[in-house]
Amino acid sequence: MSASEPSMTISTDNEQSKVVGVSTRLHESSDRRPKLARSSDELAAARSKISVSNLDFFYEEQQALFDVTLDVPEKCVTALIGPSGCGKSTFLRCLNRMNDMIDGTRLKGKILLDQEDIYRPRTDVVELRKRVGMVFQKSNPFPKTIFENVAYGPKVAGIRKRSVLREIVEHSLRKAALWDEVKDRLNQSALQLSGGQQQRLCIARTLATSPGVLLMDEPASALDPASTSRIEDLIFELRESYTIVIVTHNMQQAARVSDQTAFFFQGKLIEAGATNTLFTNPEKTQTEDYITGRFG
Amino acid sequence: MSLHATKHRRWSKFLSAAFATVCLLALLSCLAALVLLLWQVLSHGIDWLSWDFIRDLPSRFPAKAGIRTALAGSLWLMGLTTIISVPIGMGAAIYLEEYAANNRMRTIVQTNIANLAGVPSIVYGILGLGLFVRFMALERSILAGALTLSLVVLPIIILASQEALRAVPPSIRHASFALGATKWQTIWHQVLPASLPGMMTGIILAMSRALGEAAPLLAIGAVAYVPFVPSSLSDEFTALPIQIFNWSARPQEDFHSVAAAGIIVLLLVLICLNAVAVFVRYRTSKQIRW
Repeated sequence: MSASEPSMTISTDNEQSKVVGVSTRLHESSDRRPKLARSSDELAAARSKISVSNLDFFYEEQQALFDVTLDVPEKCVTALIGPSGCGKSTFLRCLNRMNDMIDGTRLKGKILLDQEDIYRPRTDVVELRKRVGMVFQKSNPFPKTIFENVAYGPKVAGIRKRSVLREIVEHSLRKAALWDEVKDRLNQSALQLSGGQQQRLCIARTLATSPGVLLMDEPASALDPASTSRIEDLIFELRESYTIVIVTHNMQQAARVSDQTAFFFQGKLIEAGATNTLFTNPEKTQTEDYITGRFG
Repeated sequence: MSLHATKHRRWSKFLSAAFATVCLLALLSCLAALVLLLWQVLSHGIDWLSWDFIRDLPSRFPAKAGIRTALAGSLWLMGLTTIISVPIGMGAAIYLEEYAANNRMRTIVQTNIANLAGVPSIVYGILGLGLFVRFMALERSILAGALTLSLVVLPIIILASQEALRAVPPSIRHASFALGATKWQTIWHQVLPASLPGMMTGIILAMSRALGEAAPLLAIGAVAYVPFVPSSLSDEFTALPIQIFNWSARPQEDFHSVAAAGIIVLLLVLICLNAVAVFVRYRTSKQIRW
């Protein structure tokens, strides 16, 4: 990232981001637009940001993922749904190699991010995590000021200039729809914010490292309905500039925010497709049983 | 309600009250012992406590005896022991908690450190005598004393620091890693600041222990009568507990009162240390709340 201009896209994305014109045109109009999920044609036209093929994942001897193959289209929201323990969170954490931190895990198969294998030996994991940001289930702000929370990512990436940091902080907080609520108290502890605000702060903090991809692990599961709907609105807006993968227990949420949905069950990817299609006309009976609430 | 159930309820109510009473009695006996001790010391020593007592050098005559060299020696020892043991102890704790793989080797090391914390301090004194005084030829210097005390407090500091590091929620580490921070950045910017209050508490407790130790210092040959204040690392020294021990072992009744006055000084230094601990914890934990 150049020091003079805190651009919110990373260099590797610059060339490709122009290619996907379909999505940007959809949302340039009013701010209270109807929520339109992308159709399967649009999904097919989008460039593949992450491409997972034949992924097996093991905790010690226990296999958690079986032969998962999934394409995540760029600048779309992909929702991962399924009952508890189905492997959706494990899958999510494979995408930024957070599973590396758990002893005794191993993985087979391939995960390509911008056509690069993120599990090849010379991958710089630290660099990868700057490109693939993550928002956790429980908001986990650092016990520092609001400013320091958002500035942390750029700081550890080596940005020292105060003016640049301030610009990034404001930009990220605006993108996370939090700026107006906190602009007068950037130097207060982040832990004084409400639960919903804390989660949006965590999103802002992640945006500050200008990732191309945002991973969200049930980001609204601990929030009240009002905060949840703010987060959902936010996800919908962020889709314009980021590729988002979200794990959710809540099928209505998946239906509301996502363009593509992938249904996991017992470590296998049962079905994936355009959200509209999957929810109205699922191919597999397991998927239908789950989304109609017959099990799960 | 049946008769049986009523009986049972009465019985469990009685048990509950009885247990509370037993615990209260335990607390009261602790307090009584403490009050008795303080009363003994204060009633004996308060009359002997004066600025002269703190300023004077030791003497054969109770009326002229002062605690200056012992106080200075103890402060020197505290300072040096802190400088030596805190970086090593914190470093070891950070390695064990943040870097070491969770294997057999770690378990063995961990068990040994826990055991070392329980080893009587005289044993460290004998080790210090062999290692620092004789082998490293430091003689009965203040440096040899500080190194020996460092051995005594190191396991305590390591264990307390590990405890403090473990109290930092893993979610903080995950958040930092997910933002592209390296391990070093995560430890330095997030884990250490968050665990510092806990570490400080442990360190100050360890230092209080070192302040009260006489046995290891006697073992390395520290003497009570040192007529000058130490001015370099190689000087001979004495310390508060040694001086108190020496005075209370003398036959003259008056020296026992001088010893009591010495104990009051020792307690005051301890209270100051603890006050610093409380203050530091308050200051650093004000921003840090989970």
